[in-house]
Amino acid sequence: MHEMALCEGIVEIVEEEARRRSFSRVKTVCLEIGALSHVAPEAMRFCFAAVAARTIADGAVIEVVELPGVAWCFACSRSVEIAHRDEPCPCCGSYQLQATGGEEMRVKELEVD
Amino acid sequence: MDCGADPAGLKIVGMSSERTIRIERDILGKNNRIAANNRARFLTDDLLVFNLVSSPGAGKTALLVRTVSELKDSRPVGVIEGDQQTSNDADRIRATGVPAIQINTGKGCHLDAAMVGEAYRRLPPLKGGILFIENVGNLVCPAAFDLGEACKIVVFSTADGEDKPLKYPDMFAASSLMLINKIDLVPVIDFDLAKTIEYARRVNPNIEVLTVSARTGEGFAALYAWIRKQAGNQRRPVGDALR
Repeated sequence: MHEMALCEGIVEIVEEEARRRSFSRVKTVCLEIGALSHVAPEAMRFCFAAVAARTIADGAVIEVVELPGVAWCFACSRSVEIAHRDEPCPCCGSYQLQATGGEEMRVKELEVD
Repeated sequence: MDCGADPAGLKIVGMSSERTIRIERDILGKNNRIAANNRARFLTDDLLVFNLVSSPGAGKTALLVRTVSELKDSRPVGVIEGDQQTSNDADRIRATGVPAIQINTGKGCHLDAAMVGEAYRRLPPLKGGILFIENVGNLVCPAAFDLGEACKIVVFSTADGEDKPLKYPDMFAASSLMLINKIDLVPVIDFDLAKTIEYARRVNPNIEVLTVSARTGEGFAALYAWIRKQAGNQRRPVGDALR
């Protein structure tokens, strides 16, 4: 349940931004979550509601932009898309892959009032 | 257009206080900043730090008890133990004469960088030595949290099942070394070492592999050689590394 800790991190970010940019309500929290990151978007939505209760982000909707997993294939020397870490290169079948994108877990933007 | 009402109840027709702000901030940013501070402190103290991760029962503590007992006479060694409850693991380490700090995470499923920074402050000076962090037994959550370690070591037991690296790929992808423990059980269980390594390298082509038995001591000479190599890498000046 590291999603709870991650959601606490989101609420902290929102609270800091609220102090800095003076807003009092958050309607939407837009996240960027990579396919190779450590969370599933559904788990974040579920946990966020619980963690955000009675904070400035109470009731805010989580929107998730899912980013694809990208890896460098050492066998065919090119960048390829993969959905999971245990997948081979879709072009040549090699497992000699180095993830280069899709590990993101970011708060992209906030819709505030 | 919405006629926005601000918190003071002020309404301005044709104006909305609603807005979208771009912030682009890493959710783990705070942990990563603290981890960077820990890492800087460990380097200043010339300390080599390993973060041991595994499922519960893979034998991390037994492995550490043997390792710290055998290394403690040649250099300073310390241990930070993470568990939801009890100080059993720290007690086992302390019985060897090596200092250990127990972190109880309560409901938490992983150690974070702040917990480790605080625990490190409570350890005696370990300058020039080795610090082992035994994370909470869990193959999922600890993968996401940098503690400031030199690298993660995933401990895997021969009784775990060969496909653990495929089931929990994030942890094997995040680790530099897979330490296969309980290798002495191989004659009495069905365990396919080649298959395990193949699966681990599917998710992390660079992962190194060593086999050990914390019970018999088999394979530990190779583990200590690996640790010495890591110490050498960490101490090598940046100029050397680039050459």
